[in-house]
Amino acid sequence: MSNLFIPNPKEAESIHILREVAAQFERPVLLFSGGKDSITLVRLAQKAFFPAKIPFPLLHVDTGHNFPETIEFRDKLVEELGLELIVRNVQDAIDQGKVREERGRYASRNSLQTTTLLDAIEEFKFDACIGGARRDEEKARAKERVFSVRDDFGQWDEKNQRPELFDMLNGKIHLGQNVRVFPISNWTELDVWEYIRTENIEIPSIYFAHKRDVFFRDGLIWTANEHVYREEHEEVVEKWVRFRTVGDMTCTAAVLSEAVSLDDVVAEIRESTISERGARIDDKRSEAAMETRKKVGYF
Amino acid sequence: MDIQGRKLIKIATAGSVDDGKSTLIGRLLYDTHSLTTDKIEAIEKNSKQRGYDYLDFSLATDGLVAEREQGITIDVAHIYFNTSKTNFIVADTPGHVEYTRNMVTGASTSQVAIILIDARKGVIEQTYRHFFISNLLRMSHVVVAVNKMDLVDYSEEVFQKIKSDFDELVAKSDFTEDQITFIPVSALKGENVTCESVQMPWYVGNTLLDHLEVLEPNDLQESTVARFPVQYVVRPKTEAYHDFRGFSGKLYGNSLKVGDKVALLPSGNESTIKGIHFFDQELKEAAPGASITITLEDEVDCSRGDMIVKVGEEPISEKSLTATLCQVNSKALKVGQKYILQHGVNRVLAKVDRIEEKIHADFSGKEEAEQLKLNDIGRVQFRLSKPIHVDSYKSNKSNGSFILIDEGSFDTISVGFID
Repeated sequence: MSNLFIPNPKEAESIHILREVAAQFERPVLLFSGGKDSITLVRLAQKAFFPAKIPFPLLHVDTGHNFPETIEFRDKLVEELGLELIVRNVQDAIDQGKVREERGRYASRNSLQTTTLLDAIEEFKFDACIGGARRDEEKARAKERVFSVRDDFGQWDEKNQRPELFDMLNGKIHLGQNVRVFPISNWTELDVWEYIRTENIEIPSIYFAHKRDVFFRDGLIWTANEHVYREEHEEVVEKWVRFRTVGDMTCTAAVLSEAVSLDDVVAEIRESTISERGARIDDKRSEAAMETRKKVGYF
Repeated sequence: MDIQGRKLIKIATAGSVDDGKSTLIGRLLYDTHSLTTDKIEAIEKNSKQRGYDYLDFSLATDGLVAEREQGITIDVAHIYFNTSKTNFIVADTPGHVEYTRNMVTGASTSQVAIILIDARKGVIEQTYRHFFISNLLRMSHVVVAVNKMDLVDYSEEVFQKIKSDFDELVAKSDFTEDQITFIPVSALKGENVTCESVQMPWYVGNTLLDHLEVLEPNDLQESTVARFPVQYVVRPKTEAYHDFRGFSGKLYGNSLKVGDKVALLPSGNESTIKGIHFFDQELKEAAPGASITITLEDEVDCSRGDMIVKVGEEPISEKSLTATLCQVNSKALKVGQKYILQHGVNRVLAKVDRIEEKIHADFSGKEEAEQLKLNDIGRVQFRLSKPIHVDSYKSNKSNGSFILIDEGSFDTISVGFID
């Protein structure tokens, strides 16, 4: 057998980006949602800095409406890897009157996360926020840079982005600006799942098929739970479901599934004809939903 | 090999306004079943709203609100699709005003360029420019897709005329004929995109997709010598790894192995590779493209921006340099100005000594210039605050290119290709 190590180009690129973050910024942070993309980022960061520890903390912006399985998973991961975790709560911003909770049928705390995130950036003076967004997720994200410069208000100026040439990343910013960094920009959903399977990375149980109380609305499967607004005629039924993306309960729809192992999940994704964000209630609001949120500082 | 064990091919597309580039990409996505039901539904809904009697695939790629309103593409978009054998990344670069900047950007991370030509219009000024940039960036392969063949009755004569016009450009370039492939297509009707054309029996070559799948592009690693720019120094300071001092970076050009005698630049100190680490694996030898961590036998001074190379394969150390520059920002490059020059992960200060000439990006010659404005290409001489260790772009893309950063705005304003 040859002794020559042949790299996986996407993995090598992501590691390169993470090392640039550690080298170019003073206070980077990894935005951790407990979802598969941010879990993949943690593994890539382990690889980038091994045998040293990951040289930046994780930040979780908790809407208070997360799936309990995700929170348990988060705490276990942080403990196992000896990472520093910072949690900031959307509830605090609501209590302080900074944001107003949405009401009614489509009420969600998803967009409220932006204020809490921007407050945390200011509190800790983070100059680089690493996130697991991918360009294949959504068409506004297809135009996102790897190093995406945001102004003091966290705003994305999509028409004035720095061109990124070859492997060279320009992270020079002024005081008050920060950079959103997307190391897995060039990965697809299938890439992430294949990677999780190859690397045997642990993920929260809700990614696998399980029995859950749900109800159907607008062709989507919603979790029946105290945090999710439901009208009386919307009947609760028990179904075998799993989640393809994991965000706030109020904005993440389930899919019917019997996939109980990573092999099953990968096979299901390969066959799927619905995009991942097709199960994101927040993107259904309008064709430009993501772009509008990004412009004001959303992830 | 990519994550799924597939080949990874990176493509930049270039076309002029209205020659159907977005439609071609949409067609590739549709025919390879890469568009999901909800995306197809969204396209159907949009096409209907606009009163089209066909599916407008361009809606699959135009991402920003302003782009959809105006029906044009503003920024480089990245699109992903795969077949059973190959993963593709497409950098879709806009064809209008800021084409030079956008195409140079998209092409810098790609291996293959697809240049679109409208069969009705033939080779136009924009085509010259797209090919000029493909040549400047030394793409591994160029595919010339002659589109809208349905609107010229699938005429072989029209296709041959365009091919011979284009061949005149090829003669002026550094490309060899086997690097250029011509394919007649109709993106709208799906002819020769992924399915062989019934309408063009006179064409005997591969469909576009088949052609892209058989390419074996050279990546950014064309040279024969290894270049290892140090990105980050790993010092765990834990008990298990008390004395560990590793140099992390991405390897370019050629492989490195344990036991190799290496020189550290700029100090010129020599040592031997003790270990090559990738996460918890200890490697014997790593291929170019790998993001690895290297340990050395000796306690030598080495930090970010330094470069590890094999003894006897040292690059040139330059305190002055001449490069072909492309201006990618609306701020002009001027003689006498100072900029931050980023070469890989290393930064120095650079002063513009002289703009030798502005080069017409259409093979038509050059002229004298006092400054380089957005989308201009020129040859520029610099003086540097410290020497950098470079190869020519021709022999090593990653070690032969750099960017200039404006000292005031910190924006990336130019990209340079070293002679």
